[in-house]
Amino acid sequence: MNLSLHSSPHMKTDNRVNRIMLAVIFALIPGILACIHFFGWGVLINISLAIITAMAAEALMLRLRKRPIKPFLLDGSALVTAILLGVAIPSLAPWWIPVLGAAFALIIAKHLYGGLGYNPFNPAMVGYAMLLIAFPREMTLWLTPELHDLTFLDNLRYTFLEQLPANWTLDGLTAATPLDAVKTQLAQNLTLTEIHQGSTELFGMISAHGWEWINLLFMLGGLVLIYMRVISWHIPLAMLTTLFLVSGLFHLNDPDAFTSPLFHLFSGATMLGAFFIATDPVTAAATNRGRIIFGIGIGLLLYIIRTWGGYPDAVAFAVLLMNMAVPTIDYYTRPRVFGESRD
Amino acid sequence: MKRRLWHFHGGLRLPGHKAESMQEPIQTATLPERLTIPLQQHIGEPAEPVVEVGQRVLKGQMLARASEYISVPVHASTSGTIAAIEDRPIPHPSGLQAPCIVLDSDGQDEWIEHAPINDYTELESSALRNVIREAGIVGLGGAGFPAFIKLNPGPRNVVDTLILNGAECEPYITCDAMLMQEQPRKIIDGLLIMKHALQARRCIIALEDNKRNAHTLLVNALHEHESEFIEIIQIPTIYPTGGEKQLIKVLTGKEVPSHGLPLDIHMVCHNVGTAAAIADAIHEGKPLITRYVTVTGDAIGQPCNLEVRIGTPFEALLEQCGWRDDRNDEIIMGGPLMGFTVDNPAVPVIKTTNCILSWPTTKEQQTPMPCIRCGECARVCPAQLLPQQLYWYARAKNFDRVQDFNLFDCIECGCCAYVCPSHIPLVQYYRFAKTEIWAQERDKKKADQARERHEFRQQRIERKKQEEEERKRRKKEMLKKSQGDETGGEDSKKAAIEAAMARAKARRGEKNSPSGDKEDA
Ligand code: SF4
Ligand code: SF4
Repeated sequence: MNLSLHSSPHMKTDNRVNRIMLAVIFALIPGILACIHFFGWGVLINISLAIITAMAAEALMLRLRKRPIKPFLLDGSALVTAILLGVAIPSLAPWWIPVLGAAFALIIAKHLYGGLGYNPFNPAMVGYAMLLIAFPREMTLWLTPELHDLTFLDNLRYTFLEQLPANWTLDGLTAATPLDAVKTQLAQNLTLTEIHQGSTELFGMISAHGWEWINLLFMLGGLVLIYMRVISWHIPLAMLTTLFLVSGLFHLNDPDAFTSPLFHLFSGATMLGAFFIATDPVTAAATNRGRIIFGIGIGLLLYIIRTWGGYPDAVAFAVLLMNMAVPTIDYYTRPRVFGESRD
Repeated sequence: MKRRLWHFHGGLRLPGHKAESMQEPIQTATLPERLTIPLQQHIGEPAEPVVEVGQRVLKGQMLARASEYISVPVHASTSGTIAAIEDRPIPHPSGLQAPCIVLDSDGQDEWIEHAPINDYTELESSALRNVIREAGIVGLGGAGFPAFIKLNPGPRNVVDTLILNGAECEPYITCDAMLMQEQPRKIIDGLLIMKHALQARRCIIALEDNKRNAHTLLVNALHEHESEFIEIIQIPTIYPTGGEKQLIKVLTGKEVPSHGLPLDIHMVCHNVGTAAAIADAIHEGKPLITRYVTVTGDAIGQPCNLEVRIGTPFEALLEQCGWRDDRNDEIIMGGPLMGFTVDNPAVPVIKTTNCILSWPTTKEQQTPMPCIRCGECARVCPAQLLPQQLYWYARAKNFDRVQDFNLFDCIECGCCAYVCPSHIPLVQYYRFAKTEIWAQERDKKKADQARERHEFRQQRIERKKQEEEERKRRKKEMLKKSQGDETGGEDSKKAAIEAAMARAKARRGEKNSPSGDKEDA
């Protein structure tokens, strides 16, 4: 009689990759709703296009690589990549922007490196960075928050046909993001006080109008993930603290030339990056000490690029640069093994 | 007084499933008609049979004696006739067969005479250890290392603390808990014997805080004066707190050095079952022929603990406990975290069989997904390793790197695989890597030995050659010398001849000269 043989342990948690991904997706929802509120239906259209493309690309690549399609397609990782990318794209973008970005993320950044678990770079951020470099105009056309009443159909028409309703112009609808505007105007030697007075519509209660809500809600979702132990606190805390301290230092020193720490924390993709992008386990450092270093690195790079670099926001670049450092970080932050001497 | 306790890194809080098998007191397993007693039931060398097929043996009689240092004898678990000495399936992860003594019971269960020891304190530790060895006692907690060796600290080592491990941290298993409840005094008696053998300063009996009953009973069984040097300590129920190193850390805050032994920090750790077996051996003169076994799991009608003769087939016990004998069930020896599946229900209970677990096979084994580096495994690893790195290098067969990441500190507790969201059978990879490395080392050793043998042989040949040459040279010299003598001889012969000829000539001359004279005259 032959009974079945399995390797121990014979008990497992019911924790699964797709559960983790599902939790991440749920935690993203409040932030996404805020995005839709401020930037319109385009957000949803972008996310949908990215998801469809990502799933198709994932299935295609799995087939080409002769991998089982179902378990991998259902693991949710492509879904998360697509959603993160979709959220990062301006809402008034032509259809091929999310499609190209998602295809690039899945095919080049994920599968050509060996698929789930093997990609050194965060696929969503690779896709985003590619789009930003290749299509800077499309990628910086952000709608002015709440100052529009484009309907779903209007938005859909723009996405696929690039047609706006009569007597609307792109220039009338869009504006530079607060980070962008502040950066440009600072470069024109305006002081922050002058910028504040000149474009009050940009600023909100604690940072930038609209963006502060989006950031707050992404932070809320992230905190829930930490509470649920889906992600650990190390990366977000290290990254946000660093950003806060460094920007605070410069701001205190010269409040007219350097934006406040709160402005940095609650505008752009800061919170999305801290809780959802930098924490991607596959591409982040693996040990807790390593995660702290990784987070500090992102915070620093984020500030440096935002302040002195060529791009208004820099979450994608900061994360990608730190992705490169992960193997080294991991190597030097190995924990002390039980029973090894403490020095 | 609440004692200070420490934590070890990681670990799991698991559903216990202990109550199921603790409803009833321990019963004796039915005497089977046939017992299969493997010659090797422990780490080390197999025992050597001292009985013959057809011979009648009594219960407790030695069937095979210890062969090497790391070896202990095995004994007959009942009286009967030796039916065979041959390879039979044994409970082992490899599923292989191994030499066993097959004993047909005669149903009389007739004991040999017992030779209890009246006062063990009069015995030298070495003599005491020998009695324990002859009783065939191995660690009953898991690995089954011969107990007498762990009672021998060596001349230079001082044992400060002797720890009795009653932490049965794997789910489902309750045989130690039952033992502590039913035989608390025997465990303490065994502990005292061990303490004497080790000359330990103090003792701890450690058990988890979910074994309230056992704790109370042990405390009550302790005599007044013994509480001066025996502490009974409850520790938090976290898997794998019953691991030797983890237990020591929790109790003392000290860490057994990596690659080291508890003895390196003056501690020795034994299982409570081992203590009871030692008490039996010394006070009653009984060898280790039975043990407590938990039979439990979803496929078992009446989960319980049984006192089982070593050699009893699993099926007999399963049947006694209402197993539904379904082909879809799997049978596990040991606990759900560290046990292994057996493919043949006829395998016998051995000295290290603490639990037989049976439940329906999870039909759909989850396909392992790639590692997503979530770090959960490192969070729970009690050895503070990086399981995902180990996995990575083990899979890549990079055996140097995997050792850099301290593979050999892995205690195979299975915590990492338990939590892994990708369902990677991590422990399987570690076992694979360990086996491969051992095999490589063995090969290397063999190769080294072969090389040494070869070099030695070369040397010997060389030496022989030199000796031969030396001999030849010497012979030649000798020859030359003796030839020289001979030449000298010839010369002298010649000389002698010449001399003789000269003499003869002279004589002739003398003779001739008169005649010549005559002639001349
Ligand atoms: S738990 Fe599994 S998936 Fe997570 S890091 Fe460890 S091996 Fe990888
Ligand atoms: S099996 Fe080994 S690597 Fe995994 S948790 Fe246990 S000790 Fe750590």
